Amino acid sequence: MNDYKVTIGIEVHAQLKTTTKLFCGCPTSFGEAPNTNVCPICLGLPGVLPSLNKKAVELAIRAALALNCEIHKKSIFARKNYFYPDLPKGYQITQYKSPLATSGKILVEGKEVRIKRVHLEEESAKLIHEKDKSLIDYNRAGIPLIEIVTEPDIDSPEMALAYLKKLQKILEFTQVSDAIMAKGELRCEPNVSVSKEEGKLGTRTEIKNLNSFRAVGRALRSEVKRQIEILERGGIVEQATIHYSEKTGKTRIGRAKEEASDYRYFPEPDLPPLVLEEEWIEEIRKSLEELPEERMERYKNLGVSEEEAKIISGSKKASKLFEETLRILNEPLEISRWLIREYRNFQEPDISAENLANIIKMVLSGKLSRINGSLVFKLMVETGKSPIEIVEERNLIQISDPEALKKVIEEVFKEQPKEFERFKKGEKKLLGFFVGEVMKKTKGRADPKEVSRILSEYEKN
Amino acid sequence: MKTIANYHKEFERGEYTPLELLEECLRNIDPEINAFITVTEELARESLKRSKKGRLRGIPIAVKDNINIKGVPTTCGSGILRGFIPPYSATVIERIESEGGIFIGKTNLDEFGMGSSTERSFYGPTKNPYDLSRVPGGSSGGSAAALASGSAIISLGSDTGGSVRQPASYCGLVGLKPTYGRVSRYGLVAFASSLDQIGIIGRNSEDVGLLLSVIAGYDKRDSTSSTNEVEDYENLEFPQKGIKIGIPEEYFEEIDEEVYNKVMEIKEALEKEGFSFKKVSLPSTDYIISTYQVISYAEASSNLARYDGVRYGLRKEGKDFLETIRKSREEGFLPEVKRRILVGTFVLSSEAIAEYYERADLIRKIITWEFEECFKEVDYLFTPATPTPAFPIGERTDDPIRMHIPDRLTAGANLSGIPAIVAPAGFVGHLPIGYQIMGRHFDEKGLLSLVKLVEKIKPFKGLSYE
Ligand SMILES: [Zn+2]
Repeated sequence: MNDYKVTIGIEVHAQLKTTTKLFCGCPTSFGEAPNTNVCPICLGLPGVLPSLNKKAVELAIRAALALNCEIHKKSIFARKNYFYPDLPKGYQITQYKSPLATSGKILVEGKEVRIKRVHLEEESAKLIHEKDKSLIDYNRAGIPLIEIVTEPDIDSPEMALAYLKKLQKILEFTQVSDAIMAKGELRCEPNVSVSKEEGKLGTRTEIKNLNSFRAVGRALRSEVKRQIEILERGGIVEQATIHYSEKTGKTRIGRAKEEASDYRYFPEPDLPPLVLEEEWIEEIRKSLEELPEERMERYKNLGVSEEEAKIISGSKKASKLFEETLRILNEPLEISRWLIREYRNFQEPDISAENLANIIKMVLSGKLSRINGSLVFKLMVETGKSPIEIVEERNLIQISDPEALKKVIEEVFKEQPKEFERFKKGEKKLLGFFVGEVMKKTKGRADPKEVSRILSEYEKN
Repeated sequence: MKTIANYHKEFERGEYTPLELLEECLRNIDPEINAFITVTEELARESLKRSKKGRLRGIPIAVKDNINIKGVPTTCGSGILRGFIPPYSATVIERIESEGGIFIGKTNLDEFGMGSSTERSFYGPTKNPYDLSRVPGGSSGGSAAALASGSAIISLGSDTGGSVRQPASYCGLVGLKPTYGRVSRYGLVAFASSLDQIGIIGRNSEDVGLLLSVIAGYDKRDSTSSTNEVEDYENLEFPQKGIKIGIPEEYFEEIDEEVYNKVMEIKEALEKEGFSFKKVSLPSTDYIISTYQVISYAEASSNLARYDGVRYGLRKEGKDFLETIRKSREEGFLPEVKRRILVGTFVLSSEAIAEYYERADLIRKIITWEFEECFKEVDYLFTPATPTPAFPIGERTDDPIRMHIPDRLTAGANLSGIPAIVAPAGFVGHLPIGYQIMGRHFDEKGLLSLVKLVEKIKPFKGLSYE
């Protein structure tokens, strides 16, 4: 069974987080009484015309940017014509030949999944089937959706799940969609094929009716198994729509596709082409924050440990400070260390990158001891003063001058003659004791490394 | 002939009252002519009470029955919309109301605007007031007949391939199809969205200019409406002598001789006034009808899909959704509309779209380009409005090809979105006939000014009720 290659592509519909519908001003609120969020436009009454919701366009652009897509400055709405009672106009306004965005990609567990296209479209109404009749609730009709289509780059049900979870996170983080599957805000239709022959795809089937991650995983595993069994028996997989049953956890073949439906797409004459200004796209791009996961990867690539990278990237404030400080001072490991040890101790206070960079610079140049560096950090948080001010005020500049340090060391030896004798005779453990005494005497200003070096000279004598 | 401005002066001087005018129009409604599908007498009387000021105060206006007035049935001349009462008004209706206009009724049309004679209405044909055995032109024939029979002062129509201008020609009136986007289409029931434009049929250029001033302008509810500034169409001046007028030779082919002569009389009169004419060529004119048919049928097949018996209008129950939809449409549409839906569905199908729809779209661009090239040489194009006067009722109903012949002269303006106006050139026998002027995008003012000049130098005294 293992020699079968699984190929999965996924179409996702996500509901955009707008307060009004795609082509009219009706609210998008959930759970209202049936047919209350409706107007002549979303009901498609004779004579109405659609007006595009700018917010929906903005959110679609955000999503496309977050998926690293190329945004097209001109895209065209099309009509997809078919008859169904949940479709008020007899067609759905969507994008077809000329979508909003194409050619994106995201990393899923280290593997690249290419995004074929992202486009805008309107939702249809909801049919409620009762025993002897069907009812229609048009509250959902006209709610803005984006469709996100991948290339067939997914090679296992597990990876499909990982892709969906990542996509959900992206949509949520960028505030494009709440993407709650149970509410129908995120719906997916995976298509799947298996093949033994290298470089050749098998016949694919499309799975419908999936409303949870669990269902997606189970349905895909079941469908892969079903297809392999057919092929093992020497049979042929038929192109079909597959239904998944939550009860049995199994897929079964639905209506075999007799003929592909002809949707008679053509450009929507009631909407001019959607033309986007470069400036607007850039504005949106700037407002987009990097996803935590991507940020963490970037930090790791700078040499920051995984654990630290995770902590910093997980906090908007810390990561912002990290990046700003990094721009002033190219010491990622050092900055990360200060953020983890000092910044987080004080519950992420509001400090400037410049000030943090200055403390680190002073420590790295030997102007300030690490111990006093911590003190300066604390005083900076408490007083709001700049580190340079604090260092000057408190006279905290580190003493590294060997002559000056020698003087202090001599003083300490005089005060502790017994210990000095033992030290001279070779009692090494007293080195630390004397470093401590010198630090005490200089109020932490002495450079401990230099003090040790000088002390060890005495020892040799 | 009285203009709206004349009526307003009489109202002011107390010589005549808006109520008297309304009564007169109501009296002139002739069931034989069948210009109206719905007479909104009550609504008219109600609004008359409120109509104290505004540029259209007290003026009875007839509205083609594919433009929505809140609370008044919209039928589109069809059976499938039976019982449909729109819960909202078209933008043009709101704008007219705010200027004190009075709606006297909804006028007859070919079902969904599909026809050139107003014979193909679910509510029976409208007759030409000049000759009851003849058609008034289509598809805004009801609006034209209402004016020509004196039951309204001005009217709204819609023009997809000439549907305002042809009836104006057959009924001795001024019909304007504005630039695509000049007037909001919100509330106009779509036939072919990229060609449809609300137009005006009036008795003279001034009235048409006045109504255009009221209804023109950007509407945020219609994304295809233009933000171009609206010119003053109310205070028309005569055109300057320096303008150049083109005679596109293709538009004078296969025109009845008498029609040709009448139109030429207008040309000569303008020449006497010092205007220069120049021959130009629009070689793609022969493709206008087929291009128009492919595009308008394609869009219509999609626009009419919403009439499925699910939410409003006629419903015939079937055993499931699809059968209900099928039965309702089977019964709800007349044969001409079905024919167009079928052809439109075909030209958009995946096997035919490249050969038909996409090719037509390309030729449409060429036609538009040819107009643009012409307008580099001349300011206006002067043509006949129709090749013949009004034809007898029933003569062409079984011949879709012949029915489309007049479209050759008018549909080019729809395909390219330019404005065009038709005004009376005189009579051929007892039947009026019109000339047409086409202009550059958004030059409605120029068209109206030219017509105003013709009205001065060759006054048309044709209205049968005067
Ligand atoms: Zn709505």
